[in-house]
Amino acid sequence: MGMIIQGATGDWEVVIGLEVHAQVSSNAKLFSGSATEYGAEQNTQVSFVDAAMPGMLPVINRAAVEQAVKTGLGLKAKINNFSVFDRKNYFYADLPQGYQISQFLQPIVGEGILTIDLKDGVTREIGITRLHLEQDAGKSIHDQHPSMTLVDLNRSGVALMEIVSEPDMRSPEEAAAYVKKLRSILRYLGTCDGNMDEGSMRADVNVSVRRPGDELGTRCEMKNINSVRFIQAAIVYEANRQVDILEEGGTIAQETRLYDSVKGETRSMRSKEEAHDYRYFPDPDLLPLEFDDAFVNAIKADLPELPDAKKDRFISEMGISPYDAGVLVAEKEVADFFELVAKGRDAKLSANWVTGEFFGNLKRTGNTLATSPISADALGEVVDLVKDGTISNRIAKEVFEEMFDTGKSASAIVDEKGLKQVSDTGAIEVAIDEVIAANPEKLAEYRGGKDKLLGFFMGQVMKNTGGKANPGIVNKLLKPKLDG
Amino acid sequence: MSDLTKLTIAEARDGLKASKFSARELTAAHITAMESAKGLNAFITETLEKAVEGATRSDDRLAKGEAGNMEGIPIAVKDLFCTKGTLTTAASHILDGFTPEYESTVTANLWAEGAVMLGKANLDEFAMGSSNETSYYGNVVNPWRRTTDDQPLVPGGSSGGSATSVAANIAMGATGTDTGGSIRQPAAFTGIVGMKPTYGRCSRWGTVAFASSLDQAGTMTRTVRDTAIMLEAMAGFDPKDGTSVDMEVPNFEAALTGDIRGLKVGIPKEYRLDGMSEEIATLWEQGVDWLKSAGAEIVEISLPHTKYALPAYYIIAPAEASSNLARYDGVRYGLRVEGENLDDMYSRTRGEGFGEEVQRRIMIGTYALSAGYYDAYYLKAQKVRARIAEDFKEAYKLVDTILTPTAPSAAFAFGEKGDDPLEMYLNDVFTVPASLAGLPGISIPAGLSSDGLPLGLQLLGRPFDEETVIRTAGVLEEAANFTAKPTTWWRA
Repeated sequence: MGMIIQGATGDWEVVIGLEVHAQVSSNAKLFSGSATEYGAEQNTQVSFVDAAMPGMLPVINRAAVEQAVKTGLGLKAKINNFSVFDRKNYFYADLPQGYQISQFLQPIVGEGILTIDLKDGVTREIGITRLHLEQDAGKSIHDQHPSMTLVDLNRSGVALMEIVSEPDMRSPEEAAAYVKKLRSILRYLGTCDGNMDEGSMRADVNVSVRRPGDELGTRCEMKNINSVRFIQAAIVYEANRQVDILEEGGTIAQETRLYDSVKGETRSMRSKEEAHDYRYFPDPDLLPLEFDDAFVNAIKADLPELPDAKKDRFISEMGISPYDAGVLVAEKEVADFFELVAKGRDAKLSANWVTGEFFGNLKRTGNTLATSPISADALGEVVDLVKDGTISNRIAKEVFEEMFDTGKSASAIVDEKGLKQVSDTGAIEVAIDEVIAANPEKLAEYRGGKDKLLGFFMGQVMKNTGGKANPGIVNKLLKPKLDG
Repeated sequence: MSDLTKLTIAEARDGLKASKFSARELTAAHITAMESAKGLNAFITETLEKAVEGATRSDDRLAKGEAGNMEGIPIAVKDLFCTKGTLTTAASHILDGFTPEYESTVTANLWAEGAVMLGKANLDEFAMGSSNETSYYGNVVNPWRRTTDDQPLVPGGSSGGSATSVAANIAMGATGTDTGGSIRQPAAFTGIVGMKPTYGRCSRWGTVAFASSLDQAGTMTRTVRDTAIMLEAMAGFDPKDGTSVDMEVPNFEAALTGDIRGLKVGIPKEYRLDGMSEEIATLWEQGVDWLKSAGAEIVEISLPHTKYALPAYYIIAPAEASSNLARYDGVRYGLRVEGENLDDMYSRTRGEGFGEEVQRRIMIGTYALSAGYYDAYYLKAQKVRARIAEDFKEAYKLVDTILTPTAPSAAFAFGEKGDDPLEMYLNDVFTVPASLAGLPGISIPAGLSSDGLPLGLQLLGRPFDEETVIRTAGVLEEAANFTAKPTTWWRA
């Protein structure tokens, strides 16, 4: 559902488009051989090219081109076998060349589609306008010296993919779902680590409002927002700001705004009139980027199964619920873990265990999948023990917690503590007889018509067997005995 | 021993191999010549210690029989090529104190072949100029003087220091760069051979950029054979330059067969400009006759878009320059003039750091790329450029090489054309079309003007067919038998 803001003069619809900057996972920068490791000491990953020394020339990094094509394929987009690098000219202290090498008129990837997952299994298709490759700038640091700005060029020249959406989103939730889905796909592809904290993914958010069904309104762009939560908050603030202006009879000025996450508001950075004239022109240092279909097809052949396809397969071939399937495929690592657990086992039971107890215990112990003390095989053993009736589901949960805490295997804990479920009808019958004998009044009440006491007897039997009695068998044997 | 500075590179090479003299002696002779020619202002930085060290190394390698193709040959390096550990200025104030930590590919190739660096040659600031009057380090003076007066003359530009050093026998050869004629025109003005190879033949890596799609390194020598030797040493594919072309470098010297029988030489009718000087026209006719006598077939051709070349060039080159020179911002190296804030620091640094002509071209280029003007100027100029390249492509279906004058006049006096930039730009009228098309071109000295100044003829070739150009130039050189030398007035 779209976000509708109810104003005094009627309803307003929110329209959102996103430009996501995703750092290409690559060992080298877009046009130089410098390393791109996050968190390295300042100005230690800078080549002569990155510092724009006189006479230095950019040379395109093939790996970055492959990553862009791969991403384009993952977004079901048109791959342009011919694209052009342009210079975007402007002066800034952390932009050593005085221009950013980007792609303007002829990007490497054209139109594509991203399917976003909303509540209750609803999906929507969001149009991708284009994807292009460009260089990142360096970083200006304003707070480490009283009168000087320091510049760190480690990021200068790092390869970015700018992924531009159509203005297809209608609510902060849809924008959030878009960013999450895009991040998921990039991670599946291995083309961007999607780490928003480290700045490897950030978004420029375009927001406008209009009367439902009207033409698009004037938009404002909020630059460089680096968390999904902030993106949503910025949209809410900005949409309401625009509605307030329009409701009072004002007009929206097209401008670039800054989202202040501390104050939770947006502020004007520069108006359209103040906008730079970037004087784009094809970079004469770089020939147009050309490749043949074989290059694209080789990348296509290597494409991993992406979340949408995986989800469909989980639902149709494994019988998982759409909700669980959605949860399982969001992160590739989780999906891979699940598939290892489910291999040769009951898929639904495996899914329940992964999304339920496994996630719960990760959270309880402050772990992530990467640091989990429980391997897929270890969890699989638990599923096996439950499935073949060796332990009950309740016992299994206790065993599982202990596995997390001690690192022991499920079978070891079951053996050690004698938790094996009793399915021996003889032993269970003995236990039932003992309980009936010990509770003559309750038996009389039951036989007098108080059916509910069946639960009491059931509980007593389970208690006396230390929870190990197979509940199904207890249930089957108990009733005839009570009934006499 | 006779004056070693009068030898050609080929003669010196043979003399060194035959141990008639040592590389140290050869370099010492040139250092002496340099000392006595300071008045020509050919160098921004002299690297005499490096020269002696280099010559000593060359003697070792000669002794071991490991000599390269330029072993022990003392050369001047246009101060646009970055040289590791040696001040590199591009003749601009803005690169004050800039000493690169890296060596340009072209010079690295030359050092690998044993060449010895005498110093960094003066030039027009950022190679922008046709008279070497825009250098922050002062004018270079042409060794030639008119027979009719003693007025100092310009050496042409932008490779003016390179041209003068070779013409005055200070260096045996020099590197130049040619964006619209910056090798060929000063070669013509100083009576030497200057060659710009095909765009992509020599790496641009480590050469301070003026206009990236046009800049090409080349040679300035006293003979065509020396050009062949030196070009072969400089050229070659460089993976660090995305526009460098991955092709074998031929043995250019072997192209000097002296045989051009049956070769088809094109004479473009559009190069017969209105008001062309009689001298230039006559020299051109003479060139045609020489080639005809040597067995070439002369074919009149048409390059219909020629007249649009100069305006297109003076849009494209400044446009690229305006962007290429953005990096000189006072932040990381070179001159910084402090200001009240970042923008103020930029404008003070660039205002003081760049000279008038450079600022003019940055302004023109910025304007040509601006929103609303881009289509009318830059895009249009690129279309013209494509047409000009097409003209040549068509012409080369009919002919193997093209003969034209190099420049519309002989060297002129300082200040003579300084007031009107447009008049100055006309110097490039014959050289610019081949630059726009990326074609190889050579200028060879072919005669003297009535007042005793050298005049050049230009040969152009197909892309990467420097061999035909060199072969034809060899024949033309022999026929012209240009032996005139300037008087050594500067030694006085």
